[in-house]
Amino acid sequence: MGKKVILSGNEAAARGAWEAGVKIATAYPGTPSTEILENAAKYEEIDAQWSPNEKVAFEVALGAAIAGARSMVSMKHVGLNVAADPFFSSSYTGVNAGFVIISCDDPGMHSSQNEQDNRRYAKFAKVPVIEPSDSQEAHDFIKKAFEISEKFDTPVLFRITTRLSHTKTVVEIGERIEVPLKDYKKTPEKYIILPAHARKRHVVVEERIKALRAYASKCELNRMEINNTSLGIVTSGISYQYAKEVFPNASFLKLGLSWPFPEELFKEFYEKVDKVIVIEENEPFLEEEIKFLGYADVEGKKYIPLCGELNPEIVRKGVLGKELPHPEEAKSVKRPPALCPGCPHTGIFYNLWRLKLNVTGDIGCYTLGALPPYNAMDTTICMGASIPNAFGFEKARGKDFAKKTVAVIGDSTFLHTGIPGLMDTVYNKGISTVIILDNRITAMTGHQDHPGTGKTAKGEPTVEIDMAEVVKALGVKKVYKVDPHKLRETRNVIREAVASEEPAVIISERPCALLPEERKQHAKRPKRKVDPEKCKGEKCLGCIKLGCPAISMKEGKAYISPLLCVGCDLCIQVCPFGAIS
Amino acid sequence: METRNIIISGVGGQGIITASEILSEVALFNGFDVKKSEVHGMSQRGGSVVSHVRFGEKVYSPLIEKGTCDVILAFEKAEALRWVHYLKPGEGIVIVNDLEIIPNMVSLGLDTYPENIEDTLKRVASKVFVMDGIEIAKEAGDPRTANTALLGALSNYLPFSEESWIEVIKRRVKPNTIEANLKAFKMGRERGRE
Repeated sequence: MGKKVILSGNEAAARGAWEAGVKIATAYPGTPSTEILENAAKYEEIDAQWSPNEKVAFEVALGAAIAGARSMVSMKHVGLNVAADPFFSSSYTGVNAGFVIISCDDPGMHSSQNEQDNRRYAKFAKVPVIEPSDSQEAHDFIKKAFEISEKFDTPVLFRITTRLSHTKTVVEIGERIEVPLKDYKKTPEKYIILPAHARKRHVVVEERIKALRAYASKCELNRMEINNTSLGIVTSGISYQYAKEVFPNASFLKLGLSWPFPEELFKEFYEKVDKVIVIEENEPFLEEEIKFLGYADVEGKKYIPLCGELNPEIVRKGVLGKELPHPEEAKSVKRPPALCPGCPHTGIFYNLWRLKLNVTGDIGCYTLGALPPYNAMDTTICMGASIPNAFGFEKARGKDFAKKTVAVIGDSTFLHTGIPGLMDTVYNKGISTVIILDNRITAMTGHQDHPGTGKTAKGEPTVEIDMAEVVKALGVKKVYKVDPHKLRETRNVIREAVASEEPAVIISERPCALLPEERKQHAKRPKRKVDPEKCKGEKCLGCIKLGCPAISMKEGKAYISPLLCVGCDLCIQVCPFGAIS
Repeated sequence: METRNIIISGVGGQGIITASEILSEVALFNGFDVKKSEVHGMSQRGGSVVSHVRFGEKVYSPLIEKGTCDVILAFEKAEALRWVHYLKPGEGIVIVNDLEIIPNMVSLGLDTYPENIEDTLKRVASKVFVMDGIEIAKEAGDPRTANTALLGALSNYLPFSEESWIEVIKRRVKPNTIEANLKAFKMGRERGRE
């Protein structure tokens, strides 16, 4: 028996991939997927890297698989939108060595802009889907995913969801088995998808799906658990755990390889039980497959909501129409996430609020600029959308409107998909202003390096991209640098930039307050204090409007928590009465 | 043994995840199946954070169902109140840090901080134990060991030996803080018995 440890779904997937002999792992960080690559990078035998975006990550890993090395790429669900182009092509080309795409979907949208169910993507691209239901399965199934990938010469979509990614469960781990490089042979009719080749490859893809469909009914990832036969439940992924919790005695058809749908196995299950229902999170994916086979009496979404994350009480209420007895919910206080004490974004959003500008936003910690006290954001669409959105505003409403608008985008997001947007603004003669919030790290997802940090995923030093030089190379003439903690100076630069008749970029330079080097600085600085004699309290609220979590109102006066204060001087700058020192 | 359900809650940055990891490791050390669930990302940034820990012979759902929670361990008062409907009716226990963290929304006048939290908790729980974790931590020699003190109080209600807690704490905390953490744990365990 192997050693038993507690691992999150993400850690277990990385461990399983290592044991499966993976040589190359790539990713762009995104909650809930980030820890997969972080953990893969800890293994000496895995060449793990952050790419600037998911498309690039996908193409590097696919190239490595074609060249003969077992490879994987991991991303959050919406990352697969960015990587959709190579994803669809890879289905046609096939893979040579095993190639697994881990998609971490986010039911409940804990940290995402939508609830897309990427099982639909897999079916669309004609790629098999594997869904583990706990960390042990994440560990075991990923090994099987590489085998299936090689056996059927196909990419495999390995679908994890947030609850699985971030739940730790007991895993029996094993050891690594080295898998030698597969031979690489030039095969243009396979890997160059010219129309003439692709037409032939499409036929191959359809044959592959047929073979996989037959295989799915025999594959050990799909199993029947026959108990009481009055109720049969078809389920997959984390939904299995909720269903099992509520119906421990029911019979189950538990799918690990959920597409292509195992028709024969389902027919067998259907015959064994009196009634079949489907319990699945989000889309009626399995239900539609079953209904398409002609089983009109099998219901799923009739009981289980399509929107939101599942849990045991939703399953119980949906199917049995009742909840367990529980105390009444008490009214607590709203506590949304906030920018950290000393955060470089605080100064920028304080100024944007003061200047009453239109702000097209992007994806990162700074999306919190949309919340009170700043309310300083008009749009947030997806990675990289801020700059083109601002240019769209300008196109629709003219130059005067552009002079009241800025796009804000983080350093990692700018390198991800921001550059083409800025290129477009310059090329098409826009005058929009862009603020690059350069905090020297991918912060939101927990500090991952990127091409601007000078360090690789393995912690090795590398070339550091110079933001200002990139911006200049795109044709921007007005390039400013500011320290966002110098409030007045920054405000004046923003005023000048938006007023100009040409595109301008302000690079706001200050490292994330949670970086280790910054924390050392905090320890050296004095904690700020409020003089209650000078503080005008509720009549003013000047410092409260900074949104700093260290500052609150206590007995009618501002109070700075010494536990939370990091000793920056933003509050000193905004207090009109000199009450803070 | 029936599956036991523990909620650990607090404010992002208070160390909820580390505390729930220690608890899970202790459960595993004692031979139980265990699942520990929380969501990372946005929630870490000063927002409300909750971790569900379940252990027993075989655990399915990683999430605790409303009405089945045995103990809520809260590092902040309003964050205890937030989850009371998860308690087992008439049987649940609440251990709460004597600390109020006022969110910006309240200071701005956009929301109010709940009053009489202890009374509300007492109406719902069979036992409410309020403990000043930070004070104990200071006594133990390091104010950052407040969570360990609160885990000490929690340990009185769980079927794990003191040795197993000590073993896991030694493994999980920074070497130079082991002594203070063990002291805080023992003090919390002692006070929690009162």
